Amino acid sequence: MILAWVIAIVLSGGLLAWSLERMGPHWPRWISVAALVIDLVLALTMWWMGYVGLTKMEHSGGWLAEADWDWIPRFGIRFHLAADGLSLLLVLLTLFLGIASVGASWTEVKERVGFFHFNLMWVLGGVLGVFLALDLFLFYFFWEMMLVPMYFLIGIWGHENRVYAAIKFFLFTQASGLLMLVAIVSLYFVHHASTGVYTFDYFRLLGTPLQSSTGMWMMLGFFIAFAVKLPAVPFHTWLPDAHTEAPTAGSVILAGLLLKTGAYGLMRFVVPLFPEAAHAFAPMGMALGVIGILYGAVMAFAQTDLKRLVAYTSVSHLGFVLIGVFAWNELALQGAIMQMICHGISTGALFILVGALAERIHTRDIRRMGGLWSVVPRMAGVGMIFALASLGLPGLGNFVAEFLVLLGAYRANIILAAIATVGLVTATIYSLSLVQRTFHGPNTAGWAPPDFSIREMAVMAAMIAAIVWLGLYPQPVLATARPTLTGLQQYAVQGLHLREDIP
Amino acid sequence: MVIGAAAVTIMLQAAFYRHHLAAVVLTLLGLALSLASLLPASRYLPRPVTPLLVLDRFALFYVGLILAACIGVTLLSYGYLKIRTGEYEEFYALLLLATLGAMVLVTSSHFVSFFLGLELLSVSLYVLIAYVRTEGRPLEAGLKYLILAAASSAFLLFGMALIYAQAGTLAFGGAASWVRAGTDAPSLYLMTGLALMITGIGFKLAVVPFHMWTPDIYEGAPAPVTAFVATVSKGAMFAFALRFFNQTEGHGYRSLTLVFSLMAIASMFAGNLLALMQDNVKRILAYSSIAHLGYLLVALLAAGSLAVEAVTFYLVAYFVTTLGAFGIVAVLSGREGDADAMADYRALFWQRPGIACVFTAMLVSLAGIPLTAGFVGKFFIVTAGIGSALWGLVLVLVLNSAIGMFYYLRIIVTMFSQPSAGHLATTPAPLPAYTHGGAMVLAVLMLLLIWLGVFPGFMLRMIQQTAQSLL
Repeated sequence: MILAWVIAIVLSGGLLAWSLERMGPHWPRWISVAALVIDLVLALTMWWMGYVGLTKMEHSGGWLAEADWDWIPRFGIRFHLAADGLSLLLVLLTLFLGIASVGASWTEVKERVGFFHFNLMWVLGGVLGVFLALDLFLFYFFWEMMLVPMYFLIGIWGHENRVYAAIKFFLFTQASGLLMLVAIVSLYFVHHASTGVYTFDYFRLLGTPLQSSTGMWMMLGFFIAFAVKLPAVPFHTWLPDAHTEAPTAGSVILAGLLLKTGAYGLMRFVVPLFPEAAHAFAPMGMALGVIGILYGAVMAFAQTDLKRLVAYTSVSHLGFVLIGVFAWNELALQGAIMQMICHGISTGALFILVGALAERIHTRDIRRMGGLWSVVPRMAGVGMIFALASLGLPGLGNFVAEFLVLLGAYRANIILAAIATVGLVTATIYSLSLVQRTFHGPNTAGWAPPDFSIREMAVMAAMIAAIVWLGLYPQPVLATARPTLTGLQQYAVQGLHLREDIP
Repeated sequence: MVIGAAAVTIMLQAAFYRHHLAAVVLTLLGLALSLASLLPASRYLPRPVTPLLVLDRFALFYVGLILAACIGVTLLSYGYLKIRTGEYEEFYALLLLATLGAMVLVTSSHFVSFFLGLELLSVSLYVLIAYVRTEGRPLEAGLKYLILAAASSAFLLFGMALIYAQAGTLAFGGAASWVRAGTDAPSLYLMTGLALMITGIGFKLAVVPFHMWTPDIYEGAPAPVTAFVATVSKGAMFAFALRFFNQTEGHGYRSLTLVFSLMAIASMFAGNLLALMQDNVKRILAYSSIAHLGYLLVALLAAGSLAVEAVTFYLVAYFVTTLGAFGIVAVLSGREGDADAMADYRALFWQRPGIACVFTAMLVSLAGIPLTAGFVGKFFIVTAGIGSALWGLVLVLVLNSAIGMFYYLRIIVTMFSQPSAGHLATTPAPLPAYTHGGAMVLAVLMLLLIWLGVFPGFMLRMIQQTAQSLL
């Protein structure tokens, strides 16, 4: 029940923000913040209660809250939401970044403020739905639902080339989503053929007996949809455009949240539903991850547009997630989850920083920057911290994540793990060069923009606190995710055994 | 059904009073009356009405759908015709006649009644399309439709004659049982007859390769009439095709399914690819409707009750969406001509956010994105297709939805593009074709669209019963 409220509050907050636009531009902003804060409190309470009663969680397979109603009985579709540790962590991340992105667009967005916040809140609502849905139809429903408002965010409030970027983003994700729909529906029929029950429910579909070739095709249907979102390398070309052209809030949500829906999907659906196919595909998946890490890093280094640079670092960082998922042992998965959260925060913060900088000096071209440290020390300091986080400095969250992934991957595939480690070096190069080229050197263009305001510093302080906390004491996150991971691994193993039974 | 027909005739006579509003009110009254008469009629189901017509749940459902659509068209036409000079009263009479034809079409169980209904529908449409005589394009479109439709009717008639020559009966059931009793290799007569009939039906449905007329007619006809052609005329024909296909057990013929598959694939590709190249909103919608009929053919080819349900739901969604889209065009149209150029929609959102949002919702539904009826419809078709293992067709469909997305987005982008600086300052002039009735239709359609998209349960139950009566 509480989960349905979490989504409903965000969606109705969006509607309210739009309708109260006429009362003044501040109304939509405050309403959005209020709705998100209420949700955050709800989610934190849930987390706290689950954390205190952790042993109980382990008994129930890690499920903290559930909502389950009939929706479209004709197809056996249910409105089934449930949260376990993994979902809850990502819900928290969603709400946290949601607040940050409302804060980041406070001065940037001046036109159609109400409609902007409506779209923002509905993207967040869709993302929350994706993280909570346990009915495959419902999952697809939310998956598609978040696209349209995101398209508007990029297409209306974006930068120069926004229409091209918005359409590209939409077509890529939509087309791959349809493949997933085909896979979902096929799974539905295969399940019916073997059990006589028509259902889209996640738990019932787990362990559906599949022939290995059908399993492989369906797995690929899901995988492509998630790989486009993630993005894994051959499917990544929409990302630099979309990230670069989106308004700051859009970039934060894209990098921080939408990419995570892909990772979440891989973890929650691809491997548990198709363990056999995923196992066969694992070396390929890990290799794609390694390619992503190196390719993203090299491309990031070559960029002159600051936003594009940060966008390519996402490709690189999400490569670690892909490796972690397909290594499929507890260490690697823990690392992948950590990476999802830390990347959300650190890249989100970098996008806010870049957005704020571009708003002040009206350019994103690194070649025209330089020497900003003396004029905007606060911005430069924050930038330094997050660049360090991005390169994986011990003590900050990303280090823990990447370290865990590499440890886990080493057990699965030594060669690929070794190559992936090179990614840490390349990350150092692009991160440091980012700081060097932007903030150091002579201030040739004579910039003298105003520094971060108190509002912006407050947002940044919260993000710095989060990333440091994750780096120094990641235990709460790891403990929250553990029951889920054990559960997921069990499903996969059971699935494998089930399938061995069929001749 | 009988009552419905009677009401329609009464109205026809009454509509000759020369008063626009009175004609509209009477038309609406008649339609509402016939719609209401469906409720008591539903108790006596199924029953054959003369050997020619059969009134079962399936027929009743489609009759209701057609009547509801016609009410929408009537309300939209009022505003559209109000600002044009000329006599309007016959317009509504013709509209009702065409509706009657469509109703006969969906209830027919016999070739004779089928042909009667079809001709009633077509003849009324010839005039309706060319109704606004002061403009050149409608006249041209009407003439074009007349020639092509007459030719297709001739094909159809010849096809029926050939089948009759073989089967010795004109009732569907009789023809079907004769075919079943016949030898494995169908005779040349039958094949030719069927091929000719497919030509006739395909023309009405505007599937490739019989689609040539669609863009011109859509562009030339007055917007409310276009809405009528797109929904009632095509929908009734498709309902008939569904009944015919099921009663004659068309799935059994490999050659027939092959022809339909090829037509479906060609329609999807041609419709979507040609729509990409258009700059006229009505033409885009015309080509997109060709593609949508292709999607519907995919569902038609899937076997069993799921297919019937998929087609029916998709048609309902398509009715709502298409009426809404052309309703917008009608409401926006000025005195001089229809609002169909891309430029008419530029920055619409910044001037008339309400209308732009409704249009966006309609386009999003055509594209099949969640929260709208179109999404559930598309899901239904994919499910039906996969359920019958039509992998090739489903993949083509998926590919085409992605292509289709592109031109729907183009219209949306145009509506949301920033206005030039001086443009925004002027407050938009009041719409000449605006009426409360039209606005109400759009509001109701919008609500229906979202209701069907989010809570399709009720409609699905109704459709399920409908489908059972057919099989």
